[in-house]
Amino acid sequence: MADFFFYLFAFLTVLAAAGVVVNRNAVNAGICLLLSFLGVAVLLVLLDAYFLAALQILVYAGAVAVLFLFVIMLFDVKGGDSRKPYRKIAAVSGILALALLTTGLLSFSRHGRLPSPDLARVAAPDANLKDFGYQLFTTYLLPVEVTGFLLLIAMLGVTLLSKKAAEEAGDPGQEPGGKG
Amino acid sequence: MNHLLTPDSFHPVGLLALGGLPAEVGLNHYLLLSALLFAIGFFGVLLRRNTLVVYMCLELMLSASILAAVAFSRFNGTMDGNILVFFIITVAAAEVAVGLAIIVALFRLRHTVQLEELNALKD
Repeated sequence: MADFFFYLFAFLTVLAAAGVVVNRNAVNAGICLLLSFLGVAVLLVLLDAYFLAALQILVYAGAVAVLFLFVIMLFDVKGGDSRKPYRKIAAVSGILALALLTTGLLSFSRHGRLPSPDLARVAAPDANLKDFGYQLFTTYLLPVEVTGFLLLIAMLGVTLLSKKAAEEAGDPGQEPGGKG
Repeated sequence: MNHLLTPDSFHPVGLLALGGLPAEVGLNHYLLLSALLFAIGFFGVLLRRNTLVVYMCLELMLSASILAAVAFSRFNGTMDGNILVFFIITVAAAEVAVGLAIIVALFRLRHTVQLEELNALKD
């Protein structure tokens, strides 16, 4: 049953991800991005990472995708991409990258087999909130401090950027959607 | 490289690279899915020319790496991958906030988000 769900949601996630790349309309691409994040969250549930799945939905689907959609609506971008033909160098690099990725995936699937134990026999890591808190405040205390500092810098930077942009455009009344 | 091209190793679904895998879902399935999502995001970054969509594809790649880290964590039975993903999500949220603020500032200055029109450093 878990296998069936894996294949179903893997298919849906890849479909939504392809929709992000293929859609010419930026709003549709944003909705596809949201769906793809939800698919990844379901796959995290299948991997017994319930807390991270909730975090994925809250932060990625709830904040990031909505922020993207908000900015798209703010710009009123019509039609998404311009219709100019692709540059030659982009086409060449795309084909080269496709060849490399295909070779990599093929050789990985045929020869790079990693030992994959049966999920029922591996005890799931206790990824509940209590263990997260314990780990974050003992083993990973320094990264937590650094990340907190990073968030502070990001908040200050966003405030400064949006303020400057508003002043240069001559309409200080409107603030873009900055998030702390 | 020869073994890739011999007839007995050819699979009709070789591009999806599922042909050589066992039927039961394991670590390799999750890693392949993650690689596929990463590749899709990568092509979006290469091919799209709307700055916002390029940025969305970057987020897609980050999301793929999250999936790989959690899969490794689950199949190893340790919690370190989960903690790493916790930090990845935090940094990604900060990155999106700053990146979108930069894009908004750029749009107010140049009135476009198309990549081929943002070539002031090239000329």
